[in-house]
Amino acid sequence: MTLIKYTEDHEYISVEDGVGTIGITDYAQGKLGDVTFVELPKKGEKVKQGQPIAVVESVKAASDIYSPASGEIVEINETLNDQPDLINREPEAGAWLYKLALSNTAELDKLMDRDAYLAYASAEG
Amino acid sequence: MRYLPHTDADRRTMLDAIGVADIDALFAAVPEGSLRDELPDLPRAQSEIAVERALSRLAARNVPASSVPFFAGAGAYKHHVPATVDHIIQRSEFMTAYTPYQPEIAQGTLHYLFEFQTQVAALTGMEVANASMYDGSTAASEAVLMAHRVTRRGKAVVAGGVHPHYRAVIETVSRLGGFEVDARAVDPATSFDADADNGTSCIVVQMPDAFGRVADLSALADKAHEAGALLVVVVTEAVSFGALKSPGAMGADIVVAEGQSIGNGLNFGGPYLGLFATRKKFVRQMPGRLCGETVDHDGRRGFVLTLSTREQHIRREKATSNICTNSGLCALAFTAHLTLLGEAGLRKLARVNHASAVALAKALERVEGVDVITPAFFNEFTIRTPKPGAAVIDALADRGVIGGVPASRLWPDEPTLAHTIVVAATETTTPDDIAAFRAALEEVLHG
Amino acid sequence: MVEMPKVILPAAEAAAPQTTFTGNRALQIEEPLIFEIGSAETSGVDFEEPAETETRLGGLERTDAIGLAGLSEPEAMRHYVRLSQKNYSIDTGIFPLGSCTMKHNPRLNEKMARLPGFGDIHPLQPEKTVQGALALMTELSRWLLELTGMHAIALSPKAGAHGEFCGMAAIKAALEARGEAETRRVVLVPVSAHGTNPATAAHLGFTVRAVEAGPDGTVAVDAVRAALGPDVAAMMLTNPNTCGLFEPHIREIADALHEAGAYLYCDGANFNAIAGKVRPGDLGADAMHINLHKTFSTPHGGGGPGAGPVVLSEALAAYAPVPFVRRDGDAIRLVEHVGDAPEGAAPFGRLAAFHGQMGMFVRALAYMMSHGADGIRQASEDAVLNANYVRARLADVLTLPFPEGAMHEVLFDDRFLKGTGVSTLDFAKALIDEGFHPMTVYFPLVVSGAMLVEPTESESKQSLDQFIDAMRALALAAKAGDVARFTEAPRFAPRSRLDETRAARELVLNYREKAAV
Repeated sequence: MTLIKYTEDHEYISVEDGVGTIGITDYAQGKLGDVTFVELPKKGEKVKQGQPIAVVESVKAASDIYSPASGEIVEINETLNDQPDLINREPEAGAWLYKLALSNTAELDKLMDRDAYLAYASAEG
Repeated sequence: MRYLPHTDADRRTMLDAIGVADIDALFAAVPEGSLRDELPDLPRAQSEIAVERALSRLAARNVPASSVPFFAGAGAYKHHVPATVDHIIQRSEFMTAYTPYQPEIAQGTLHYLFEFQTQVAALTGMEVANASMYDGSTAASEAVLMAHRVTRRGKAVVAGGVHPHYRAVIETVSRLGGFEVDARAVDPATSFDADADNGTSCIVVQMPDAFGRVADLSALADKAHEAGALLVVVVTEAVSFGALKSPGAMGADIVVAEGQSIGNGLNFGGPYLGLFATRKKFVRQMPGRLCGETVDHDGRRGFVLTLSTREQHIRREKATSNICTNSGLCALAFTAHLTLLGEAGLRKLARVNHASAVALAKALERVEGVDVITPAFFNEFTIRTPKPGAAVIDALADRGVIGGVPASRLWPDEPTLAHTIVVAATETTTPDDIAAFRAALEEVLHG
Repeated sequence: MVEMPKVILPAAEAAAPQTTFTGNRALQIEEPLIFEIGSAETSGVDFEEPAETETRLGGLERTDAIGLAGLSEPEAMRHYVRLSQKNYSIDTGIFPLGSCTMKHNPRLNEKMARLPGFGDIHPLQPEKTVQGALALMTELSRWLLELTGMHAIALSPKAGAHGEFCGMAAIKAALEARGEAETRRVVLVPVSAHGTNPATAAHLGFTVRAVEAGPDGTVAVDAVRAALGPDVAAMMLTNPNTCGLFEPHIREIADALHEAGAYLYCDGANFNAIAGKVRPGDLGADAMHINLHKTFSTPHGGGGPGAGPVVLSEALAAYAPVPFVRRDGDAIRLVEHVGDAPEGAAPFGRLAAFHGQMGMFVRALAYMMSHGADGIRQASEDAVLNANYVRARLADVLTLPFPEGAMHEVLFDDRFLKGTGVSTLDFAKALIDEGFHPMTVYFPLVVSGAMLVEPTESESKQSLDQFIDAMRALALAAKAGDVARFTEAPRFAPRSRLDETRAARELVLNYREKAAV
């Protein structure tokens, strides 16, 4: 059973077997415009919920990615180093940023579910 | 007032169009009592003739470098600037343009910045260069901060041969930013000595150093890299790139330089221009503006400012640097002069500079009691004199010779350097200048 | 000899082609890079062969090819003149970039800065040989202190952001002297502030606390009070602010800060609106940088060099960095080292190798002397008059985010473009086709699709009317659905719209790199 949650900073986390896959939402990539560069964390790095862990850059903005959950980074999406524009094409599929072995799944309760997020994003305009 | 186009009738018409009775109605938001009725206590408007007369009088109280035998260097050098260069930088379209934020009508500026970046990368032996910084010293402090970002460490080791003002800028900016500086002893014999530990982000070394000495930095680069630190090489005399093995070839990770020597006058210390070059893998940590190649909508080559997401106007408190300007017109002077020189011209210029300095060293060595203490140098070296350097320079000035910079002015806290003077010669130095210097020095020391 | 393509005459009835064989368009000549036209052997500078042949380079001779290209003098001249013709400049026409202050650059200033007595003196030659230069720095200081009503000045900062760093460093030094540097670590910055403000604060180890502006675009005293606490070191405030509005509560804000033990840093980027009319010292500022390249018209030079002297209140005067000038009997001396500072001074350090942007000091003083006290005041009034005239004549076709009047620049937003399919950027590019440099766009960030217009006092009424007429015509065209005029603009510039995304993704930063690919 896959659980998908969203943050107010427009990250998503999709959780399966205690491992979370993190990326930015389709709404977020639309706001950013053409993505030109992605700065990814290092494998093995430990991260706390809400900590800035990656950067997604477009021509007009550089956006910090705040980790939706705490844990240890087990995999990063190296494809993005060569193809940052994948984020514009498939943000919520192939263009995930990193995978995290979650240390505290209870944290996820604070995040929004899909309906709540969509309402939140549309309110933001 | 000759710079203000409006007539009083224009002003009246415009106030009517705005719908206010008088100009002060437009200053209504200024708090009561802060809008001044009286004029500032300063002179009234003056004609061009009057201003020119007054400023010329002030200028006449200074001794221009070109009017006397002149040997001061220490971070600013008297070189010849071709007449063409000054004409080019005074073109309206260059001088009175802004930062190229609308690239379609700023290709002139962007095009020369791209050429400038290419030239700076070539000179320093590095992969990428930015569009210039304020000056060499601020570029050096920015290099240290960049090394901290790259290595995620917070301590810089500064070798003793780094220009004392550069060291002071690095120390000031580091202390205020919460970083550590380990400045090594100032001694002409050990001016390149430094080492790094696992807390060191970079070793900062100057080449030629502040005493004029040159040395191979490859071993120092290895030492830095073994400790996981970067090697930052500072160059204050850009003409030396035409004679000496490049910092990049010796293992530098960041090269910063003062570019004044090429295309820019002495100007009493500013405006100058900082050169900043590094390896491509560090480009996102590099401060300053960058110009990049692209194409327009019709597929034609063009240039734009790029990677501006590193800069303050987008990143705000997360920016790589707070700097928002470069030294555009000084960079134009630099690149235009270097284009006129070309590879062959720069090499020749460097050769002439070195020959002048060698001839000067030989002449001064013949003065009794004077020793040249710099074994290998480019166009600047240090002499030891039997009398204190400051007194010697003062007495030389009375005899119409600017004989260099006394080390005591640069390092007032180093008593062992009190009897030394840093002297420089360039392509502008004539055999007569050298003879006049030697004769005056004889007189000051033994007359 | 290059073989020219055969000329094919078009049929008489066909329209003339829009392209040329060369890519040139009359006076617009396509220009290659120097690396494509020059060579390693060519040089445009001659030197005498030196008599001395001995070398003392210690075996460090550069033996590799450097990679430079040279041009002869006529080729070089033509290269740069052709490039210059691809630039818009203040000498070409109105350059209404908000917050940038693009005013006329008098050539007298250039002539004065090039006098050998100013342009050809070395920063480290004996003090007795540069008394005229030190006197000029003293005189410039007198003018700036009188105009700002402040106590002391640091001349060495090299540009506005460097000046900000200097002023905030003086504040940090004062806090250190009070023993409060560790407890006061927060700097208040309005959300509308220029990006350098938070960047500067961060580089000094401060954390930034944002202060929201009210619906009228200015900062309310209550908002400042709410953000104040024993942890606050200072507030950085631009006045007039980046929306072109004078902060009406600045004196109360200054009082609130001072009562709470904090300082007021005034960003002087917009001093040109009030010089000769209002003294920031009277408003309670503790530190302010002055952009000589804006207010006092030293040229912008396509992005520098600038100059950013900082004026300081009595509370901060002691902490001004070295070097500075000091009267010593009949002579003027330079204090170049912290250890040489006179009694009572506690310089926080050094910010640049030498004494500041002397070339800019000469130009700024020539500008101020030419205007005089009366002319400086008139210039400020004309700058404000011009912005308000633009505002009044465009208010019915563009949209204004704030109801109150403007100072020296006027801010519009993009509500008038809603539903037209034209963005602020498109609008700016269409203005290029009409022969004008666009206004500042998308800054300040607090307003949607911002357009910030700063005409400056250099523009005649006729020049303003031409600009206004073009703006009105474009606004009406956008509303009338003439979208291609905007989205395809610029069509008549040396280049059509440039692909910034490609530049950032491919990152070609020099010619050799390109050649290597």
